[in-house]
Amino acid sequence: MTDHVVEIRNLSRDFGKTKALESVSLDVKPGLVYGLVGANGQGKTTLMRHILGLLRAQVGTVRVFGMDPVRDAVQVLQRIGYLSEHREMPDWMRIDELMRYTAAFHPNWDNDYASELVRVFGLDGSKKVKDLSKGMRAQIGLIAAVSHKPDLLLLDEPSTGLDAVVRKDILNEIIRAVADDGRTAIFSSHLLDEVEQMSDYVFMIDGGKLVLHGTLEELQEQHAVLSIHFAEPCDDVLKIEGVLSAEQLGQTWTITCNGAKDAVQNWAAESGGEIVSSRSASLQEIFVGHVGRDRVLVEAGA
Amino acid sequence: MQIEITLQDGVPIYRQIVNQVKYQIASGRLSTDEELPAIRALAQRLSITPNTVVKAYSTLENEGLVYKKQGAGTYVADTKSPLAKKEQRRLLTQRADALLTEASQFGFAFDEVVELLKKRQDAINKGTKKG
Repeated sequence: MTDHVVEIRNLSRDFGKTKALESVSLDVKPGLVYGLVGANGQGKTTLMRHILGLLRAQVGTVRVFGMDPVRDAVQVLQRIGYLSEHREMPDWMRIDELMRYTAAFHPNWDNDYASELVRVFGLDGSKKVKDLSKGMRAQIGLIAAVSHKPDLLLLDEPSTGLDAVVRKDILNEIIRAVADDGRTAIFSSHLLDEVEQMSDYVFMIDGGKLVLHGTLEELQEQHAVLSIHFAEPCDDVLKIEGVLSAEQLGQTWTITCNGAKDAVQNWAAESGGEIVSSRSASLQEIFVGHVGRDRVLVEAGA
Repeated sequence: MQIEITLQDGVPIYRQIVNQVKYQIASGRLSTDEELPAIRALAQRLSITPNTVVKAYSTLENEGLVYKKQGAGTYVADTKSPLAKKEQRRLLTQRADALLTEASQFGFAFDEVVELLKKRQDAINKGTKKG
């Protein structure tokens, strides 16, 4: 037995010629919130589908609660709550019918909890699914994902296209699951502020590879943003190993670096630059620095 | 209790909570034995992972500024304790350092800063008497 909620080793996946995942290894520990970030089409959803057992590992292994999510699908899925951007629901059902229908699949369904959420969200149980707004459908999807009190909440871009109120509803339920019962959540989002606030641990995926991972604190300690003012124009900072991006505004350079703070400071001192400020990087800056590297290099060199 | 967080300056969120609670204790806005918000409530209010609140409260507890009751919440420790006094001194020291650094950047001599402090003290005293 392992105490990891999810354990993935050397997972690779091809779709035709496309490498969707390449040698991904990661561990998910209980009681934490994991943020999964990456640009669209970089492998986030493919990774989640492996955890759900909807895709079988071509290369490598996937274990969820120590089980194989394809072979032991029923036991694994009982303990997962899943919410995705695409919510497919039977249009002809009423909300209360849909709740009873969903509850029937889950022995652990907590009716009081589900009813409480229906009430808090202000939903009318007699309404048909087809008459609901996008936000209401997301709320229904959320209730269906959390009411069996799953040990693992898996949310794939849950915020996409939703207004601030419904986004907040979703975050509140993640917080409740983790704070009250020490359950685990993995969520992907393109809203990096949201991920920065909500995550204990971050996985960054690019081109099917896990390019960066760590607790938010570790990532922020490793990455710094320095603002350096030069009396004379200067342009060779990008040659320093570990510099992720460098932007010039007038005579001041803003440099994002990964563990190369000393090298940048030395370079500034030798080149006659004065360090105006130095701070930890935000997740947004770390993300752009890693994922947008080529683009930023071209712009800075242009 | 009022807490505001920002992602702009790279200060870890738990540290922002710790600093603001400390400030509110030192300034008397939080009083002895007052209960801090429950972990889930504060996390939901700020839309942050609850583990960040746990870490902030533990840090405050380790520094002797709050205490936990078994099976209950987190409460403000005795603000007249030496630890609270120490924290107040630390905050004032930060302010003093900032003032001295700025004064030196503006080209003010140390004596001029002391002179300015005296003048301000007089002005504040007068204002209090009037008010």
